[in-house]
Amino acid sequence: MPYPEELKRYIKKVEETRPQRIEKRKRGEEFPFMSAEQREEMLKYHPDYREEGRREIKAGASKGYAIAHEFADLLEARSRVDPDQVDLSQVDFETDVLIIGGGGAGTAAALLAQEQGAKVILATKLRHGDANTMMAEGGVQAASKLEKDSPYYHYLDVMGGGHFKNDPELVHTLVTEAPDLLRWLESLGVMFSKSAGGRLETMHGGGTSRKRMHYAADITGAEIMRALRDEARNRSPDIKVLEFAPAVELILNENGHCAGALLYNLETEEYFIVKAKATVLATGGSGRLHVQGFPTTNHYGATADGIVLGYRAGVKLKFLHTIQYHPTCVIFPEQIEGLLITERFRGAGADVLNVDGEKFVNEREPRDVESGAFIKECLVKEKGVPTPTGKLGVWVDSPMIDILQGEGTVRKDFVGKWKVYDRQGIDISKEPMLVYPGLHYQNGGLENNSACETSVPGLFIAGEVTGGVHGENRLMGNSLLDVHVFGRIAGKNAAIYAKEKAKEGKLTLEHVKAYHKELEKAGIVTDRVAPMLLPDYTNPEVRKRQLTAHYVGTLR
Amino acid sequence: MSESSSAKEAEGTAVETAPKVVEKLIPIYVMGRRYEVPEGFTIMKAMEYTGYKFIRGAGCRGGVCGACPTVYRKAGDYKIYTGLACQTVVEPDMYLTQIPFYPANRAQYKLEELEPAPEEIFKLYPEIFRCVACNSCTKVCPMKIPVMDAISYLKQGNIPKAAELAYDCIQCGLCTSRCLGELPQYHIFQLTKRIYGAKIAPSSDHLREAAEAIKSGKYEEALKELMNTDDEEMRKLYREREMEPWETGEDWRPKETKYL
Repeated sequence: MPYPEELKRYIKKVEETRPQRIEKRKRGEEFPFMSAEQREEMLKYHPDYREEGRREIKAGASKGYAIAHEFADLLEARSRVDPDQVDLSQVDFETDVLIIGGGGAGTAAALLAQEQGAKVILATKLRHGDANTMMAEGGVQAASKLEKDSPYYHYLDVMGGGHFKNDPELVHTLVTEAPDLLRWLESLGVMFSKSAGGRLETMHGGGTSRKRMHYAADITGAEIMRALRDEARNRSPDIKVLEFAPAVELILNENGHCAGALLYNLETEEYFIVKAKATVLATGGSGRLHVQGFPTTNHYGATADGIVLGYRAGVKLKFLHTIQYHPTCVIFPEQIEGLLITERFRGAGADVLNVDGEKFVNEREPRDVESGAFIKECLVKEKGVPTPTGKLGVWVDSPMIDILQGEGTVRKDFVGKWKVYDRQGIDISKEPMLVYPGLHYQNGGLENNSACETSVPGLFIAGEVTGGVHGENRLMGNSLLDVHVFGRIAGKNAAIYAKEKAKEGKLTLEHVKAYHKELEKAGIVTDRVAPMLLPDYTNPEVRKRQLTAHYVGTLR
Repeated sequence: MSESSSAKEAEGTAVETAPKVVEKLIPIYVMGRRYEVPEGFTIMKAMEYTGYKFIRGAGCRGGVCGACPTVYRKAGDYKIYTGLACQTVVEPDMYLTQIPFYPANRAQYKLEELEPAPEEIFKLYPEIFRCVACNSCTKVCPMKIPVMDAISYLKQGNIPKAAELAYDCIQCGLCTSRCLGELPQYHIFQLTKRIYGAKIAPSSDHLREAAEAIKSGKYEEALKELMNTDDEEMRKLYREREMEPWETGEDWRPKETKYL
């Protein structure tokens, strides 16, 4: 719906302060960045720092680690199946490399594994490509302009963004592989935004010291994901894709190596056994857990499945206590609530403003600091813009972009967002956008090394399911980079492992039974099952009437 | 954070689609059956509100993945309307269904073996000439892509123009479901875009140069040094790093050149 009258009154204030702010921009005057101490102080308003939001988990390889209740609930839950009921001698699919997850990391892994000569099965919960990668808008960081940038500065920015906690080896790999990743994507036909001479457009993102965000309009992830998916389809039958087939357990063998997974056909409710010489876990993130009740920018299937699977198999957790809240998610109109507004709007010149139409923070602080500042402005300083739905938000003044860079810029460079708002009857080249922080990215996850190996031989992991490369906070433009750089490495190494190191053995789900026992020993009596697979948004009134005592299937 | 502000925070945010006090309910018909849903909901949220749990037909929920194409009519109106369930707001007396899957012919090819020529596209998709220019595809496109125009440009051999027009195609398949000539427009567009991106657009040589410079080991020493720098020194380096100003163009150069 268009902005109602009550909001238009607040928009007037934005319009009143705009000419002055434009002048400042033109003079190169910035709202001052915070000092290190001020940033620390601001982080107290960030949801990660709320003690009541988390608890120590009572079982598994990272027992005693305090993470959000929503994660702990999943890890302190039982398998969806009774391991004793699964006949592991009946193998349904056999392959060299099994890839779990059909987003950017999984698909890049599939392509690289196939190039090594491996037969690949890619199993994905939704359709191939319906993933957070598809939704990533901002771009890909890479030090590709060496006359002003280098991996050295990229490394420094990544570490600073992550509070200097990042795993140095992983960061090294991330920044040194970045330009080559872009080259690879270009060779696959990804249409990046570039000048007539072929030089890629770049811009700033939060926490970058150089303009090194490369992009494809404001649909960078979608552009990449569609090209990768198309390429994977070209490589059928070497790459076989199983859709609507999430993995619910990893399968190990008697040597303790990962040897495939148990898949679930969401539609027929059957379970299938895939035996693989190597497995890549690339299941993505967890926004749909709605940690601390926040809305999310994530796709429908982002329910942390891989965390559950890997953890039960013995892989440790790392940095899972931090989640990235994207500062700018739509808070109104309600129809598009949770929708991500890429940082590129701010990079392109849009100010962030409070209810008085005034700036209160530099729009390019690292994401966690920026989110903390928004929450403080709305809840503590009470300078948030009240929405008709009873929430609070701050403005992103997108019309400034057209004023600074010429009429039509918003429509052209932000075509995806412009169309989404246009459907609501709002022209964002004329009216600002109302935003608030939302769950965006799982900074942490399962532990791996820069070869994408885990503590379980034969199990490789890549992308959002992993933890370490971003430390405690990821910078914009480093997720599309992360998932594809490490997806490629995981796929290649999994294929090599399948060829050279894999050791056959009897399949087993003993680790699941052992995990169940550990839960019982820790006194956890629960009928919760995990992975969650899909969130439930049924109206509670309807749920009350869903009275079936025993489902014959297992879906609900 | 203080207790009072935490409490406010809980009010200030809400889980997507969390039910709340509903002011006005409106009737919609899901596959012919009547339900009452809150005004202002998207079709996707409205269907979930009624008790549907999606397996197919829901993806990104942000209008870019193409998983939730929806077809509907309005009472007393002969027209067919389309939209994405996650983006389209319900209207009273909407008769709707989803089309989560529509079969379409897809040609397999090796990009590296294709010439950047329209004939390659014609060879893979000869049905492109079955287009009767009825414009049904353009009418149903939820992205407002001029689908038929893009196909026409292709038929005339203009790959760049077709790639530009179809740039943000989300491959929902609604065009294909309505096509008299039985064209798989969205697969044709993906092929077109990839040929354009890989073989026609000016190539970005600086990527290759950067990749090679890094591979040569030029930055290894500096990076190893950083990896072994203690926390305090790292913080200092980070704090004092030179920032490229926001308003500069491509010609900006840093003062520090040691690590370039």
